Amino acid sequence: MNATISRRRLAQAAAGLVVSFSLPAGRALAQVNAAAIPTAGFGGKPISPTIVESYIAIDRRGRVTLYAGKVDLGTGVQTAFMQILAEELDVPFSAVTMIQGDTALTPDQGPTNGSMSVQAGGMQVRHAAATARRELLTLAASHLKAPVSALSVKDGVVRAAAGGSVTYGELLPAWKPLTLNVDNAAPLKSPADYTIVGKSVPRVDIPPKIFATFTYVQDFRLPGMLHGRVIRPPAVGATLLSVDHSSVPASVQIVRKGNFLAVAAPDEWAAIKAARSLKATWSDVQNLPDQDKLYDYVRSTQVARDQVSSAVGDVDSALAAAPRKLKATYEIAIQTHGSIGPSCSVAAMEDGVMTLWTPAQSSHNLRKQLAAMLNMKPENVRCIYIAGAGCYGRNGFEDVGADAALMAQALGKPVRVQWMRQDEHGWDPKSPPTVIDMEAGLDASGKVQAWNALFWYPDTTGNGNVTLLGADLAGLPSDGGMNPGGILNNTQIPYRFPNIKTTARRLASTPLRPGWLRTPGRMQNSFANESFLDEIAVASGVDPLDLRLQTMMDDPRGIATLQRVADISGWRHRPKADPHAAIATGYGLSYLKYEMDRTYVAAVAEVAVDRSSGAVQVKRFFIVQDCGQVINPDGTRNQIEGNVIQTLSRTMKERVTFDRRMVTSLDWSTYSIITFPEIPEIVIDLIDRPDSPPWGVGEATTAVVPPAVSNAIFAATGGRVRSMPFTPDVVKAAIPA
Amino acid sequence: MPTETLTVNGKVHHIEIDDPSTPLLYVLRDHLHLHGPRFGCGMAECGACTVHIDGQATRSCVYPLSAVGTSKVVTLEGLGTPEHPHPLQTSFVEEQAAQCGYCINGMIMQSASFLAQNPHPTEHDVKEALANNLCKCGTHARIVRAVMRASVS
Repeated sequence: MNATISRRRLAQAAAGLVVSFSLPAGRALAQVNAAAIPTAGFGGKPISPTIVESYIAIDRRGRVTLYAGKVDLGTGVQTAFMQILAEELDVPFSAVTMIQGDTALTPDQGPTNGSMSVQAGGMQVRHAAATARRELLTLAASHLKAPVSALSVKDGVVRAAAGGSVTYGELLPAWKPLTLNVDNAAPLKSPADYTIVGKSVPRVDIPPKIFATFTYVQDFRLPGMLHGRVIRPPAVGATLLSVDHSSVPASVQIVRKGNFLAVAAPDEWAAIKAARSLKATWSDVQNLPDQDKLYDYVRSTQVARDQVSSAVGDVDSALAAAPRKLKATYEIAIQTHGSIGPSCSVAAMEDGVMTLWTPAQSSHNLRKQLAAMLNMKPENVRCIYIAGAGCYGRNGFEDVGADAALMAQALGKPVRVQWMRQDEHGWDPKSPPTVIDMEAGLDASGKVQAWNALFWYPDTTGNGNVTLLGADLAGLPSDGGMNPGGILNNTQIPYRFPNIKTTARRLASTPLRPGWLRTPGRMQNSFANESFLDEIAVASGVDPLDLRLQTMMDDPRGIATLQRVADISGWRHRPKADPHAAIATGYGLSYLKYEMDRTYVAAVAEVAVDRSSGAVQVKRFFIVQDCGQVINPDGTRNQIEGNVIQTLSRTMKERVTFDRRMVTSLDWSTYSIITFPEIPEIVIDLIDRPDSPPWGVGEATTAVVPPAVSNAIFAATGGRVRSMPFTPDVVKAAIPA
Repeated sequence: MPTETLTVNGKVHHIEIDDPSTPLLYVLRDHLHLHGPRFGCGMAECGACTVHIDGQATRSCVYPLSAVGTSKVVTLEGLGTPEHPHPLQTSFVEEQAAQCGYCINGMIMQSASFLAQNPHPTEHDVKEALANNLCKCGTHARIVRAVMRASVS
């Protein structure tokens, strides 16, 4: 490459773009001796999750930088983390900035998924801040010659009761760097004293997004950068036979490695045109199953193992003895993430170091995967987070990073790769097709004696990472395996029946590469569990609310959540469905204790069903959530609203289609999602518990949506919809003639 | 190399470009470094790339540069600034009407064009006006509230 880009220039290019990035000037960092830190990042910055300064830097002016391994995927995590830090450290919210997901600067807090950011990552930040605050108070006590008990802090200024004050910045010279481990026992502020946490602080990222000054990864540019586009096979598993270089202009560079094929050009439109015109021949492969028999195919797939996720009593005997049995099968289509902004990354290889600017949800894991693919040491790979569009799980963001890195390595220049819409819809990891078999045994009085559930899911192999598509195509390792996400969660039920067995049947393969899509497994499992419970309620003549209240495990918060949703929706006074109405109205209830140990959610859907066409309009959606301590009420509501709407889209419309070669739903007309006229009125009630730990928000919401709608359709029409999405043809077929 | 003249946000630019049929989106983003319009689908299906051409909301991902001629192009950057915001920009911030925000350019540009013609819409009108703008985060309810708020201010 002609103009070698120095690493400093790369850093400069990043400087204005990432977040006002500069290494803090505070002594806390200035005295760092890199050699002394086993987990040091850039410039000796500590990144070990156990060290306070891995998370927090304070400068002499009192500015505070928060280094977070968790990233803001558009969910408000940045603002929530800044609130938590400012509150616990007692500095103004406006004094805090946040660096996210940079493997050289931020601690590895694990992937940003599972609605664990605030619950796990935020609490690491809270404890780090509490530890720092205690240390600063100790230093202030010495400085002010007053006991800690006689000190108070406000806005980063420590005052002694007897007079005298000192700022955090002024205390820094006395701070002994890197001696402070995060102490989970450091005293936390009382929630009663909160002035920042629990308030609807406006999200810091929203104004820049509204005024077009926000930098998405799609906006990131490096000097001398090429634009890359990938050319994927015409069939899953096809082999690249030949490439006609004369089919594109000579100025276009072609990268070919195994079945990985891509083009690069200085001009973006030229790269797109080249990707379209490049002539390549591939072997013809028709390995995908017949879509019309997809669920039969799932049942015929080789079983890797059965995982029993809960067992109470003796289900088989109880079922055999039950005078009345119910059986039902639920099916959920393959779905895609459908990020509105296709996956994009920029990679640069310089001085033996690969740097990737990536929107992926796990910088640290991606770094290891790229290192494996590139045959480099992980310390020579740096991943820096820059937001993309919403990803909702493991979409193509990691894969496009592999594409960019492969191209940057091959071409010796920085490369920006952006997927086209068909790459995203066709090749990002998919939520797998799911079949769930339910069986219940009732006694003569209608009480449940046995509950037996079998969940068909692809297995999880390897270390939890999903293999990188580009590496797979190029025949390279990527330190990954098959992983549909934590699908065992919520296979269990929060109800007390004498005999229960829930089993996940893990399959050795699934037609399209799986990954986790928001609320993986829990959404599908809850669809089956909460719909089947509704079927039992109908069969035994008990109101669905009463059945839940009567059989729920001792759980006052769960009961409070259910009763609240009944109150706000008017459940007890809901109108009876009119069997003669052309447009039938009905109400459906669902409940969830997320992963059986955290967030409580209950929902009521009101639907109007056109009996003749099967078209369903969700009119109103009531939802109550108890996620413990609420960090930001408006941010929480934003997430709940978003998850309700997104899951209505999945519930009513979304289905990946494919032929024997590959995915055929490659755009927004063939993969329909919800539109504005279809949005219901959403009524949210939060049960705030300031003295409880904060729990996850978004994913729990998702899980209650499909069963609430399915149960409402049944209440309206007597038709039990057990196959998702609930398209008009599916609904119409379910309605009794 | 051919040169095309383009008026964007009140400024005249002379763009040197190999292929005058290049969609306007790439010219705005790659030549003029305007980041309001964004690539979403390249097929005019989602609306993330929306700009105004002579006041009309237009999908720039399929609109050739050569077709712009003397028309005036306005992007989100030209609609308003933090110092002089368009009423929709104010209302979107007030309603916190964004999650990932990738679609928001299109939501605001489409709504601005719509409100200019329909200053007092109903909620139903707003939903219909945005029926072809896609959002995957589920921010729809907030977006409708923001547009309604801007329409009465």
